Amino acid sequence: MLLKLEGMTKRFGSLVANDHIDLEIRKGEIHALLGENGAGKSTLMNILYGLYTPDEGRIVWKGQEVKIRDPRHAIDLGIGMVHQHFMLVPVFTVAENIILGKETARNHILDVKAANQQVREISQRFGLEVNPEVRVESISVGQQQRVEILKALYRGAELLILDEPTAVLTPQEVEELGKIMKRLVAEGHTIIIITHKLKEVLHLADRVTVIRRGKMIATLDAAGHTEDELAQLMVGRDVELKVEKTPAEPKDAVLEVEHLTATNDSGVQALRDVSFHVRAGEIVGIAGVDGNGQSELVACLTGLRKPTGGTVRVRGVDLTGQTPRRIREAGVGHIPEDRQRRGLVLNFSVAENVALGDHRAFTSRGVLSFGKMVDLANRIIKNFDVRPPRPDYLARSLSGGNQQKVIVGREITRNPNLMIAVQPTRGLDVGAIEFIHRNLVAERDAGKAVLLVSLELDEIMNLADRILVMYKGQVVAEVAGHEATEDNLGLLMMGGGAGA
Amino acid sequence: MPKESRFVESLKGGLRAISTPVLATIVGLLVGMVCIVVAGKDPVKAAEAFVRAVAGEPRMFGETLVSTIPLIFTGLAVAFAYRCGLFNIGVEGQYLMAQIAAVLVGVYWTPPAGLTWLHPLLTLAAAALAGALWAGIVGVLKAYRGIHEVINSIMLNYVGLFMADWLLKYYLRPDNSRAASYDLQESAWLSQGLIEGSRLHTGLWIALGAAVVVWFILFKTTLGYEIRAVGTSPGAAEYGGISVARSIILAMAISGALSGLAGGVQTMAINHRFNETSSFVNYGFDGIAVALVGRLHPAGVVLAALLFGALDRSGPMMQAMADVPKAVIWIVQGSVIFFVAAEGLWDFLKKRRAKKEVKTA
Repeated sequence: MLLKLEGMTKRFGSLVANDHIDLEIRKGEIHALLGENGAGKSTLMNILYGLYTPDEGRIVWKGQEVKIRDPRHAIDLGIGMVHQHFMLVPVFTVAENIILGKETARNHILDVKAANQQVREISQRFGLEVNPEVRVESISVGQQQRVEILKALYRGAELLILDEPTAVLTPQEVEELGKIMKRLVAEGHTIIIITHKLKEVLHLADRVTVIRRGKMIATLDAAGHTEDELAQLMVGRDVELKVEKTPAEPKDAVLEVEHLTATNDSGVQALRDVSFHVRAGEIVGIAGVDGNGQSELVACLTGLRKPTGGTVRVRGVDLTGQTPRRIREAGVGHIPEDRQRRGLVLNFSVAENVALGDHRAFTSRGVLSFGKMVDLANRIIKNFDVRPPRPDYLARSLSGGNQQKVIVGREITRNPNLMIAVQPTRGLDVGAIEFIHRNLVAERDAGKAVLLVSLELDEIMNLADRILVMYKGQVVAEVAGHEATEDNLGLLMMGGGAGA
Repeated sequence: MPKESRFVESLKGGLRAISTPVLATIVGLLVGMVCIVVAGKDPVKAAEAFVRAVAGEPRMFGETLVSTIPLIFTGLAVAFAYRCGLFNIGVEGQYLMAQIAAVLVGVYWTPPAGLTWLHPLLTLAAAALAGALWAGIVGVLKAYRGIHEVINSIMLNYVGLFMADWLLKYYLRPDNSRAASYDLQESAWLSQGLIEGSRLHTGLWIALGAAVVVWFILFKTTLGYEIRAVGTSPGAAEYGGISVARSIILAMAISGALSGLAGGVQTMAINHRFNETSSFVNYGFDGIAVALVGRLHPAGVVLAALLFGALDRSGPMMQAMADVPKAVIWIVQGSVIFFVAAEGLWDFLKKRRAKKEVKTA
């Protein structure tokens, strides 16, 4: 037994984030901590990493009771953590990031050579390939994650906590991560992964502990259990992992994109001659590894970026290069990728936010009708189950899932002809995902055209009637929804296959 | 949650909002007291002098309000721009240009008989317009060229200062012996004497009216909604079809108009001319402090302006009565700003911690 947590309790005001949680971690295992967002997984791990002080409970590390004061103490004990949001200095090299805080120095001058050498050594030892001399900002997210893991290993971590490690990875990178984890375990390390993804638990972990609303529900062996069983434990009721839907009955084209080209923020060609269409009554999914032009495509379609060539038509009307306002008024709904930066004014109330984009409709002679805004907010709160049901609450104070419900509710209630949904369920828990997926299918069934852009293959395969794969700014393949598999999509996303 | 608690909640929210500046003020005054004691002066005498200077008799209070009025305008100007995410540090220049405009209309235009009531209105409008244009330059450069408003507004302060000086010396005065422009015609004056024996003038009503209008624009109109959205989340504003450029230009122009009102009212009610000046009057810079201490809310700005007006007024009296150097007043002002800002910092840290907890919970 490497680690034992007994009766861990942590309260934030009236909220009990951890309610007498017991957890046992065996040496050399991969242990998954499974639970919905807000279930208390990260809180528990943050206690273990010394970021929070528990209100009750004890931590037994290698047979001795310890009180972990701060992360430095945790690191000294041999506990390392890789956060969901990487904590790397973008302009530093890989090696500089890894040795940060434990620099190799000669006469107070940083010994870069020695650092690079050390990093090379540990990266070879654990099979985590990185180039120590390149800047972190120029490497992929998957590689940044390796840097984070190396950072923890460099500091002598025996127990490695990975917080939602696959959230940002492609299927192939997830595969790689799995191999890395197996190798680390073989080298005598122990790993805890925090996740809400069921497939990963079964795929990666030896044992799994399910947490729901701050309480420990069960610890079981991963082998011999199914996704449905785990989902049931995690949510506390039966959930539909797959949305039931009838075959699509597409009608006329709503969105027509022809020969669209665009550059990204640094002026590099990001879209190369993209043409496709979305018809009424179908969901078209766009799959691809992050950064292959999806963001620029969506920005061009919604007016947030001016294309350099090509045309965008919605129901026959040319909207190429129009303002976001014009495009919204032409009946295009947009669930943006970044709900906190784009989708909501966080310092506005829910009522003020449901009017965003349509706020002129709530205006008479320049004066806003707050009464009407509150009415709409109440309707959305009711129909989309936003909690807490308070139109006067600041958007900032809602959880991510409820923020997303406000956005989805707003965009659906506007009744657009074309709905562009980008990563609509990122970071949400199973219950909320199910809810939003059902709503998107309902939009389709109501005769709307839906364009779904997502990095989650499951989501695309689950919802889309047709799937377009983007690679290096081009649509390289189209696959019928029912013919898609993770393998063939994954291959196409990496530029393989007939179309590339 | 029971219904009645919502009222209690909003009441609590209001109290919480003003508790910081009030506390900061008290602490700032205490720091001032300590300085007085350290300097070997009598703090009780100083406090007495302070109270007498600020409100010892009606006319004293009237004079305190006279000092308060321009600060209300400039505080509102800074707060309004800030709500759009803009730091208008150019209030000084806008104020000066507005004074020139007020002189132009107040001196050189003679209203036809029967229309004399138009004179103050037009003079004031010219002042507001001049301020709006001067600030509008900054807004346009920011909106279309991305040039930072702080740089531009500082530079325009100096352009304004020397341009006003040049206009005065070459065009607006009879000869070199006079260190001021021609006097405004009396029809363009704002009347004084709201409180007998003081110079308190009708500009007070204009200032309070401006505060109400600013509040209304910010929180009740579409324009205010758009400006606040751009100020706190430009990305979301753009997504929502709000023209960020338009909001920036309008916010800057309205902010400049408020600065302009400060210059106009001061010229029409107190100076009645444009006095030669080689440096800024500081109403603009004090306006930054007033906006900050007033928490960027029009009501807060009015109260903060009163505080700063009182501090301003009390300096000479404390010097005369208690032999307290005027610098002590600056220390008090400085500490009040510091503690308000420090609380802001504290809030920020608290919020970040809360956010972190929510995120990781």
